[in-house]
Amino acid sequence: MQTTGQRIGLTAFLIGFALFIATLPLSRYVLTDKVLSQTINKEQLAAVRMATASMQGKVYGSSVGFVGDFRAAIARLNEGYKQRNETSRFIHDYAFPVTKAASTGFFSDNSQLFFWLILLLCVGGALLYILPAQRALPGIKNNGIYQDPATNRGWIGVVVCGFLIGFYVLLYFFPEYMTNWVLLFDPLSQLLNGGPASQWFVYGTLYTLVILVMGVRMMVKYRHSRYQQLRTLSVMFFQVVFAFLIPELLAFFHQPAQDLKNMWPLDYSFYFDYRIDEKIKAGTFGIFLLVWGTALWMLGVPILTYFYGKRWYCSWVCGCGGLAETLGDPYRQLSDKRLVVWKLERIMVHSVLVFAVVMTALVLYTYWSGQPSLFGFLDSYGIRSVYGSAIGAIFAGVLGTGFYPVFGSRVWCRFGCPLAAYLGLVQRFKSRFRITTNGGQCISCGNCSTYCEMGIDVRWYAQRGQDIVRSSCVGCGICSAVCPRGVLNLETDSVTTRNTNPGPILLGNNSFRIQP
Amino acid sequence: MKHLIIIGNGIAGITTARHVRQQDSRVGITVISAESEHFYSRTALMYIYMGHMTYAHTKPYEDGFWAKNRIDLLQGYVEQVDTSTKRIRLADGKWLDYDVLVVATGSVSTTFDWPGLTASGVQGLYGLPDLERMEQFTTGIDRAVVVGGGLIGVELAEMLRSRHIAVTMLVRDPHYWSSTLPAEEGKLIGRHLLRHGIDLRLETELKEILAWRGPAGPRSADASGRVRAVVTKAGEEIPCQFVGLGIGVTPNVAFLKNSGIELGKGVLVNEYFETNVADVYAIGDCNEFRQPIVGTDGALRKPIEQIWYTSRMHGETLARTICGSRTAYRPGVFFNSAKFFDIEYQTYGTLNAQLTDDEQTYYWEHPAGEQCLRINYRKTDQSVVGIHAFGLRLRQAVCEHWIQQRTPVENVLSQFRQADFNPEFSEFYTDQLAGHTPAGSPNRRKGWFRRLFSTTH
Ligand SMILES: Cc1cc2nc3c(=O)[nH]c(=O)nc-3n(C[C@H](O)[C@H](O)[C@H](O)COP(=O)(O)OP(=O)(O)OC[C@H]3O[C@@H](n4cnc5c(N)ncnc54)[C@H](O)[C@@H]3O)c2cc1C
Ligand code: SF4
Ligand code: SF4
Repeated sequence: MQTTGQRIGLTAFLIGFALFIATLPLSRYVLTDKVLSQTINKEQLAAVRMATASMQGKVYGSSVGFVGDFRAAIARLNEGYKQRNETSRFIHDYAFPVTKAASTGFFSDNSQLFFWLILLLCVGGALLYILPAQRALPGIKNNGIYQDPATNRGWIGVVVCGFLIGFYVLLYFFPEYMTNWVLLFDPLSQLLNGGPASQWFVYGTLYTLVILVMGVRMMVKYRHSRYQQLRTLSVMFFQVVFAFLIPELLAFFHQPAQDLKNMWPLDYSFYFDYRIDEKIKAGTFGIFLLVWGTALWMLGVPILTYFYGKRWYCSWVCGCGGLAETLGDPYRQLSDKRLVVWKLERIMVHSVLVFAVVMTALVLYTYWSGQPSLFGFLDSYGIRSVYGSAIGAIFAGVLGTGFYPVFGSRVWCRFGCPLAAYLGLVQRFKSRFRITTNGGQCISCGNCSTYCEMGIDVRWYAQRGQDIVRSSCVGCGICSAVCPRGVLNLETDSVTTRNTNPGPILLGNNSFRIQP
Repeated sequence: MKHLIIIGNGIAGITTARHVRQQDSRVGITVISAESEHFYSRTALMYIYMGHMTYAHTKPYEDGFWAKNRIDLLQGYVEQVDTSTKRIRLADGKWLDYDVLVVATGSVSTTFDWPGLTASGVQGLYGLPDLERMEQFTTGIDRAVVVGGGLIGVELAEMLRSRHIAVTMLVRDPHYWSSTLPAEEGKLIGRHLLRHGIDLRLETELKEILAWRGPAGPRSADASGRVRAVVTKAGEEIPCQFVGLGIGVTPNVAFLKNSGIELGKGVLVNEYFETNVADVYAIGDCNEFRQPIVGTDGALRKPIEQIWYTSRMHGETLARTICGSRTAYRPGVFFNSAKFFDIEYQTYGTLNAQLTDDEQTYYWEHPAGEQCLRINYRKTDQSVVGIHAFGLRLRQAVCEHWIQQRTPVENVLSQFRQADFNPEFSEFYTDQLAGHTPAGSPNRRKGWFRRLFSTTH
């Protein structure tokens, strides 16, 4: 039952959230000379100024009209270049920076007021809602999850899903329509990295905030479990320090910005030419980053996964995992446990791994040989842009996170993450990690399978007394936490002691095992 | 054998079917059950009501599993067994022939002849229909009474509390589950129930159930016949809108009355699960052993043991006999487990509420009063007979080994870490145990004990 405080918190959060959405159409847009000279590169400025002369001084009520006119003007200009065969003068898409700079009116004058108001309402409201759960006695509290439309694929889940998908589509494909959100974050960006905010800065900041707030929720919910608490603190720490602060500070000191815990092949562009060049240009530090990033997947993954299982990364360090374990926790039960889905998962995730390896090999081939394609048809630029939009944006973002409230919190990690596939291979074949089944204690209740975010049918193993050795297990430990009979335990021991081939009967029945 | 019919698709019947299929790919297997088409986990009933899971989640095998393994499922109620012609009759009148029949019909909730028992909103909890009725009768109510201080009683209480319904629990004994638990543990659970807002009435017995009578009652006509209060033996009237009965279960064998199969409380069987009629076996909750079974640790087992694990072991063992190698039931060290709201419970070996003359006990309780451990051992050679724990997870294989091998209590305590099955980073309670070694033995690890103890505060 909600307390008054919780209701106030929820209301505050919803108001803050509504305000955040409402800021999107809140500006007017005027293209001035100042806007152009701030955003367009010098050689092209004169041409763009001329092409957009009819827009100048005109007040647009919405970004849609503004972007439309601006794009049309540039397109006409480019059309002219094309006809005159001056393709080198083509003007790339300036819609995002121009729209952002052209924003005027009450909102842009007071964006900091909005920023603090929204932050206070959303974060404060969410905490007010989350913290009173402390009053309940510690223990597994999954009451009502399948009766609540927010967590049982009901209407609230669908609405949240719609919002998340919309957000990702805007972010990846139409950032010029979310410039007002970017304006909110400009001063923070200035403070951290010395430059204006981009849509990626907005995303990174929101991502971090969400992990922090929902991490607090996680800490409260599982306050009876040290494992869960430490794990949550760990993902919060790595998100704030490694994913957020360090890259911003590196940018501030004009070093190549890099998330030191992210690694290839999840960070699929790590070996792209421009990123290698950027690092080589940065000298010793850049080389260090290159070596560090390579050592991480070449040595770090096999060694740490051998000792601890892939959890050391997936549910303790990784940013995608961090979001899944915090924001995604209310949705973990929605993952599909069917055998056919497991089959699909194995095909998909390993295909992505192969795709990532091949793409990287081609990119490196191009980098060293200067040839854009191999065998005349494997075009490294084409392939990497397909990967970037199909896997990097649509899979990881739109599908992976957008569908949390429908398909559960680890869609990306299960079906799409090439690093997870790689870690999984090590875990499956050469790791001390397993989930031990406690003899014959399982009552087949199904809590473990239900709450496994990776869609592993944990019960299948537990009820036959078999240890769980699965490449996809991220070691979140929730199956062990929700088991009402203490059947499951995440353990490490010598690889050969993993019991993956149990006998015909379970512990406790001596009718035909003991030979007198 | 050509056709095996199993009545009952609970854990006992289904385990038999699966194991027979593993050993014999040709025999026809039909599982007939009334309650549900597919096998589901009865132990998970409470989680459906509490919203942790849906019914679908409680099915341990996907629906396609049965066809794939050629186990025919038939939903229907068996009304009659004709052992002379080896046939059974279903409620729809259809007859089926069997070569071998396994009765695995489980239990029904026990009731007493309390006056007013037939009021609506009074029920036990055993199967899906009970769950449905409970859903219907507890929607929108705010007061309930649970009768009985056993495992199902506490599950009923937890279910009702999950919907914020006030619960009064009537327990006949001086502390919770005193038939099984020593006083300290009973009190520990009692305290936990109080913390969860249960109005726990010890040494209180139900005398009568009162219902709204007729349309003239203070409520509308459809409230007629619904429970309105219970009266205790002491004469107190406790108003409520629902009464949950958790006073135990009884073998479900009434339909066999005139079949010629010999019945006691349950279907009477020997250690091979054979009834008095050839080719008819009974396993699981519904059977009763003529001669008590002795476990391989030498402990006597109850003639009727209505436990999930026991039912499963019956199925595992019987499948061998059916497939040709006649195998006697020899359980190992007894084990069982439960959960009382947030406190998990595991028990191994023989741990009775009262010590026998030959036994001594070691008891440790965490100062916070929600975790404890008890080890009973023989006075003669100090060997361990039973271990149970509340709020701690123990490793079954290790506990079983200690009890089976008659390990002295001192060794058990000093190696207790081996039995630790708690998640990583859990408190090092095992070191606290070592600090509490029984009187007389040297207190070797006091330093550790002190240090760790102080970090818990
Ligand atoms: C709420 C609850 C919680 C429990 N929790 C635990 C626990 O945590 N740990 C534990 O060890 N044990 C627990 N138990 C006990 C455990 O569930 C039983 O011991 C076990 O399910 C018995 O299995 P079974 O196969 O013998 O019978 P059942 O599971 O009862 O299966 C028998 C089936 O046969 C069907 N049937 C009966 N008669 C006929 C007929 N004439 N024709 C056709 N079909 C028929 C019934 O409908 C039923 O579906 C619990 C029991 C309940 C009710
Ligand atoms: S099997 Fe358990 S630890 Fe592994 S991912 Fe599933 S819930 Fe987490
Ligand atoms: S949660 Fe525990 S008891 Fe339930 S099915 Fe899983 S392992 Fe078995």
